[in-house]
Amino acid sequence: MADLTSEFVGIKSPNPFWLASAPPTDKEYNVRRAFEAGWGGVVWKTLGLDPHVVNVNGPRYGAVYGADRRLLGLNNIELITDRPLQTNLDEIKVVKRDYPDRAMIVSLMVPCEEEPWKFILPLVEDTGADGVELNFGCPHGMSERGMGSAVGQVPEYIEMVTRWVKANTRMPVIVKLTPNITDIRKPAEAAMKGGADAVSLINTINSITSVDLDLFAPEPTIDGKGAHGGYCGPAVKPIALNMVAEIARDPGLGQIPISGIGGITTWRDAAEFMALGAGNVQVCTAAMTYGFKIVQEMISGLSDYMDSKGLTSVDEIVGRAVPNVTDWQYLNLNYVAKAKINQDLCISCGRCFAACEDTSHQAIAMSEDRTFTVIDEECVACNLCVNVCPVEDCITMEAMTPGAVDPRTGKVVEPDYANWTTHPNNPAAKAAE
Amino acid sequence: MSSDAFTPGIVPGRMADEVYAERFSDLHPRLDDHEALVAADRCYFCHDAPCVTACPTDIDIPLFIRQIATGTPDAAAKTILSQNIMGGMCARVCPTEQLCEEACVREMAEGKPVLIGQLQRYATDHLQEQGIHPFSRAAVTGKSVAVVGAGPAGLSCAHRLAMLGHDVVVYDAAPKAGGLNEYGIATYKTVDGYAQSEVDWLLKIGGITIEYDKPLGGDMTLQSLRDAHDAVFLAIGLGGVNALEAEGADKDGVLDAVDFIADLRQAEDFAQVPVGRDVVVIGGGMTAVDAAVQAKLLGALNVTLVYRRGRDRMNASVFEQDLAASKGVRIVTHAVPRAVIGNGAVREIEFDYVDAAMQPTGQSLRLAADQVFRAIGQTLVGDGLPELDGRKIKVTGAGRTSMEGVWGGGDCAAGGDDLTVTAVAEGRDAAMDIHEALTGAA
Repeated sequence: MADLTSEFVGIKSPNPFWLASAPPTDKEYNVRRAFEAGWGGVVWKTLGLDPHVVNVNGPRYGAVYGADRRLLGLNNIELITDRPLQTNLDEIKVVKRDYPDRAMIVSLMVPCEEEPWKFILPLVEDTGADGVELNFGCPHGMSERGMGSAVGQVPEYIEMVTRWVKANTRMPVIVKLTPNITDIRKPAEAAMKGGADAVSLINTINSITSVDLDLFAPEPTIDGKGAHGGYCGPAVKPIALNMVAEIARDPGLGQIPISGIGGITTWRDAAEFMALGAGNVQVCTAAMTYGFKIVQEMISGLSDYMDSKGLTSVDEIVGRAVPNVTDWQYLNLNYVAKAKINQDLCISCGRCFAACEDTSHQAIAMSEDRTFTVIDEECVACNLCVNVCPVEDCITMEAMTPGAVDPRTGKVVEPDYANWTTHPNNPAAKAAE
Repeated sequence: MSSDAFTPGIVPGRMADEVYAERFSDLHPRLDDHEALVAADRCYFCHDAPCVTACPTDIDIPLFIRQIATGTPDAAAKTILSQNIMGGMCARVCPTEQLCEEACVREMAEGKPVLIGQLQRYATDHLQEQGIHPFSRAAVTGKSVAVVGAGPAGLSCAHRLAMLGHDVVVYDAAPKAGGLNEYGIATYKTVDGYAQSEVDWLLKIGGITIEYDKPLGGDMTLQSLRDAHDAVFLAIGLGGVNALEAEGADKDGVLDAVDFIADLRQAEDFAQVPVGRDVVVIGGGMTAVDAAVQAKLLGALNVTLVYRRGRDRMNASVFEQDLAASKGVRIVTHAVPRAVIGNGAVREIEFDYVDAAMQPTGQSLRLAADQVFRAIGQTLVGDGLPELDGRKIKVTGAGRTSMEGVWGGGDCAAGGDDLTVTAVAEGRDAAMDIHEALTGAA
């Protein structure tokens, strides 16, 4: 069993799996159950100033399902904690005292002025918490009051508030980013300039999950109306992965530590975030779907993976895929692949044919007896056939050997790397000469 | 309960009353909404799908399953019924494991096909239980067509003709419509009077009159029908039963399986249907299995199905064979009846074991039997019929017989399997051909 001990901005935890600031970390009862289940740390659900906020009394969540009601995406309109500040502080203190080896981070959201931050930070320090996370991401409700993503969408505010917080606490400061912006690197840069110890991302994405076609109202519907919520769960993972990678590979961001969030459901999801630069991960929807026990699979899965790879520390995974994330213009245009259909595995469903024939390059032939074969003269290796094939590994993309002739172009496959920046079709390439 | 499984002879009431209802309940209870969604999601929506090719009525299976998956089962039902007006019954009785589900790519991949038959039933039940009939008649043409036989082929033909605007009179020898759907299928495949409710639903198209207790023959000849109508469609099925060629085959207790099945279907109380203690069914088709399984369900102590060839040659599908075995029916193969033994009534039956070439092996088998069911095939019965091809009516194209203005389809016509779904397809296609002949419309 590999050692999963994690240290993130100086905060130690027995594993890199934290629960994100969200309903599962709203109070002592839940957090104790989480720690008993094995979670390495929690980010306590966001505290605010009294009087505490009031939540809606109708549905707070909406869902997108796969077949068999597998929950693929969740949308929520719950606000920050709706309990008195002191109640939360008291509970944080006793839980941290009872679980000193677990990471206890407190999420905060107060108005965009320095005084409230000066007020709340000492109270949090007094609990013995290990750090704070600034909630600049919440996209619903709080943003209408000038907090949450309303701050996170303005880099200058992020920098300003982060600076205030750093000036008023000795605790590590993690800035949680909203994905509801055009370039995730800008708020990350602002957090860094303000002195943040780390960023965490992504918070939830503005969303309407569905529309009730009888009421003609968005869901979740409250008394006939609906408001956008924050989208999370497995469906958002690709978006989150990209944003994590964008920050991780930006040399201007000085390798700021990242706590990865967004649809992490299994150990594999977690490992992917870490490979793209996340020092640890935070989980919410998976726990809300299946309960806290899922962390046991995450622990065993990551451990088995590390053992199989001969890795002894989670830090050996962190950032390992970052050098392989590049821009399109640097992709090797001399790399030529062709789809190949394994006839022994093929079940003759014809989905590759329909996809290629109707929507792509007419590069798959179908015979009378439903044998499907790739026409190398037409195949551009787009991968759509692989993606629509229901049989794993039945269709593969095979790289052509340099020196061979690509039957589609009639050109020899070149052994050397060459990208768009130097391609003769690129006007910029010519201009540079 | 005056008797039990051990009571000798052919007696009713071998079981407690409450056991009958349970034993004769729906073989495959209908999928509920969630089960249907999950089952539908397994469909790959294949290109030029093999399941469609395998369906004698060419139902667009991927489309109707996708319509179920998107929460529109009534649209799915219309997709099904527009190709196969008896899609509800076919969903229950089709040997799907030899047709669509055998062709399903997931059968090839995993041995677990998409549950096409059960999904089809889910959709058709959903529509029909609301009383919705999604088809309407074209303008009345003034043409009249006689359909002889109100079984699957006849009703399918009648519906299509009525939809095209023709007036149809269906003549049937029985007091109820449905043909084998009503009289020839095991009870557990079509419970709760489905065959009749399907007929009632089908007739909602309008323009169809059914004349009951009107067999072909006597006053009503083929010629008289030709004189009275613009066209005739013969769908009279196979009214006769092949005789058992064994010594003593005329003893009491040697019966036709089709009569036993029909009696069960018409029984108001299964406890009143008598069954032997030691039952032997001779044959290897669906009729044999239906009789054997139901004899067992009625409480017979021993039921043996004896077939002259190997299991692979049985017309009953593997699913049916397994069903029989699971109900406690013993299946004996490669045995030919030689003599029925008994003093007046059958007491034992003796078989010769034969090899693959049907040659005697010199070995024999003797089974105790107080009831023997013949299920060795049915034959065409009737006088003045069009030219035959072998033992059935010769047809060309879409059911054209040797007689001008007379079409034929279903079990009485040569070609095609003797399946409900095949009969429906033949009825439908003959209707289109009749329509073309009567109106000149293609």
